[in-house]
Amino acid sequence: MTASTTSGGRRVLVTGVANDLGTMVAAELEQRDDIEEVIAVDTAEPKRPLTRTEFVRADLRNPLVGRIIEASAVDTIVHLGTHTGPTTSGGRSRMKELNVLGAMQLFAAAQASDHVQRVVLKSSTAVYGARPDGPAVLTEDDVPDGASEDGWSRDAVEVEGYARTMVERRPDIELVTLRFANFLGAQLNSVFASFFTLPVVPSVLGHDPRLQFVHERDAVGVLERAAVDGPAGTYNVAAPGVLYLSQCIRLAGRVPAPVPGPLAGLVGAAVRRSGRVDFTPEQLQFLQFGRVIDTTRLREGFGYEPVFGVREAFEDFVARRRITGLLDRDEIGRWERDLYDFIARRGQERFIAARRGSRS
Amino acid sequence: MISEPTGSDDGAEIIDMATQRAAREQPGGAQRPRCRVVVDDRACRNYAVQDGLCRVHALELLPSPDPVVAEPDPVSRPSGGIDILEGLRDVLGEEWLEHVKGAASFLRRRLTGDYRIDEFGFDADLTENVLLPMLRPLHRHYWRVSSSGAQDLPDGGALIVANHAGTLPADGLMVTLDVYDEIGRHPRALGADLLFRLPGIGPLARKGGATLASDADAQRLLRGGEVVAVWPEGYKGIGKPYRDRYRLQRFGRGGFVATALRAQVPIVPTAIVGSEEIYPLLWDAKAIARVFGLPYLPVVPQLFALPVLGPAGLLPLPSKWAIQYGEPIDTTAYGPEAADDPMIVHDLAEQVREQIQQQLYAMLMGRRSVFF
Repeated sequence: MTASTTSGGRRVLVTGVANDLGTMVAAELEQRDDIEEVIAVDTAEPKRPLTRTEFVRADLRNPLVGRIIEASAVDTIVHLGTHTGPTTSGGRSRMKELNVLGAMQLFAAAQASDHVQRVVLKSSTAVYGARPDGPAVLTEDDVPDGASEDGWSRDAVEVEGYARTMVERRPDIELVTLRFANFLGAQLNSVFASFFTLPVVPSVLGHDPRLQFVHERDAVGVLERAAVDGPAGTYNVAAPGVLYLSQCIRLAGRVPAPVPGPLAGLVGAAVRRSGRVDFTPEQLQFLQFGRVIDTTRLREGFGYEPVFGVREAFEDFVARRRITGLLDRDEIGRWERDLYDFIARRGQERFIAARRGSRS
Repeated sequence: MISEPTGSDDGAEIIDMATQRAAREQPGGAQRPRCRVVVDDRACRNYAVQDGLCRVHALELLPSPDPVVAEPDPVSRPSGGIDILEGLRDVLGEEWLEHVKGAASFLRRRLTGDYRIDEFGFDADLTENVLLPMLRPLHRHYWRVSSSGAQDLPDGGALIVANHAGTLPADGLMVTLDVYDEIGRHPRALGADLLFRLPGIGPLARKGGATLASDADAQRLLRGGEVVAVWPEGYKGIGKPYRDRYRLQRFGRGGFVATALRAQVPIVPTAIVGSEEIYPLLWDAKAIARVFGLPYLPVVPQLFALPVLGPAGLLPLPSKWAIQYGEPIDTTAYGPEAADDPMIVHDLAEQVREQIQQQLYAMLMGRRSVFF
């Protein structure tokens, strides 16, 4: 595709631009020459001004969205308008309504439209749940049967279900479902990331979950590619590598506060009430067992090689958020060198003193 | 500063070791003059610092200019026995310095999170420096494990299949350590889901390299060329009564054979003698176990020693152990599609079971006593 022509470019509808990820994706898409028009839909305005994106203030459940899709002949829908935190979306039941009914309406409108060729769905690895009895490394086919625990994880499963139903009825629509691990970055606010900004990070005593993250730049990169030309399918998205929660706490220079299992629910509620982390009960399960996903399909099938490894992503996050540790990592490195020097020095001193002593 | 004789007439100037090393490694550094002292027809190889003498011989041969400094302070004499570094040397031997450095470096890595784990959660740094060293005294001195056949373990992926006994899965720990100490590879144990549910123990098992006994996990490890260890008897083996000792229980549904066939890796039948006697299981309180959702609830003789000896009475018995890794069974002849053939899977499982049973009998015949 060459430079912007009035007919050749794509017309993209992005939902959920009021959240950080939505803003970043819209900003990235509007810079592309092969995209003719970017239309953004959300209930609130984007956090940063966008240059040529047309913003429409609407709830996804509003029939207006269907009319926009039809009127502006949108051919690509990037659905990022899912809510993961019950507090920020006004309670759990409202969150479920926004997520599930919003997706239902949006996909129904896409199905009815003659122009829509491609739908990109931001989903989450939460669809796999967090269980001690599942495979250690989950592939895209390992979504457990039966109802998962209520919460964001359940919403994500249902939204994916609606998207699949849409494609069953309209096989000509290419569906790209991206299951993201927890986001990390300077701007992108994920619930789990804000966890590490607490001065003392609570963990569940006797548990150490394996964690994966995806850097915001890779998240935007994958979504951009999916919106433009990535092959259809379902893909896990995470930075290569795995970190333990305990390791993350150390890397961030934070102090761990292990809470005994039976009290963990209470502490979680207290953390939520403090307003600093939108902590939900299902995250308690995640804090115990964690989850690791396989990203072979992303790299080989979808053709995206993440720029950030998990360690680099986490360290970048720590540096950019200016999380100053209670334990300075450089300081510890200095202690180690000081000890070496001390030992070496003492060894020499002693040797010489002993020689002197034997001589006299 | 180093190549010149020091201006200080003290002669005991302390030179930073790193600076010395840097000077030695720089080009031309080796041409520096050496000490002129010859002892027993052999020249002293130290570099000269003063009057053609190294620092050691300068101290011995040159008159001490400052007798006050030369007189060792009686309080700080090494023989005073209050010096930490001297104490470390006594405990850790001549390589004490390396030990201290290793420990400091390990501590720094743990405090700053500077280590890598694999996707299963295996933490090689922690395993090699903490977990295995903690098990080593049990392996060497308590159960005195004698090991044979580890050198013949196949390169690349292999599935170790062993008998399971002893109420607590100590045999799993010993095989994990034994294989590492014999051939330097970390065998990856497959455990029941209960293990990963338990607080405290679950994460340790993962960090030690274990993962869930499932086809998906085992496949992934075997394809990655790892040695995987499995105990197909499961709870039936570990929780069987003492009177059934060394009688192999049913091998589940032979899932491990299907896994090995699918991954096309050899099966290594492995027999462990000694684990049966560590906690002789007299009675399995099944009714109580069911109430608590446990697979079995063992009543072992140690429980009767508890009131008399206290917690020390709960120690496992110091039986004499032996581990024998048998002749690998090739699975490539059957092809991966044989994994879906229940007949082949069942026959192979029986063959493995029979081979382990024969190995056990042979080892028991040669055993002098349970404890020696």
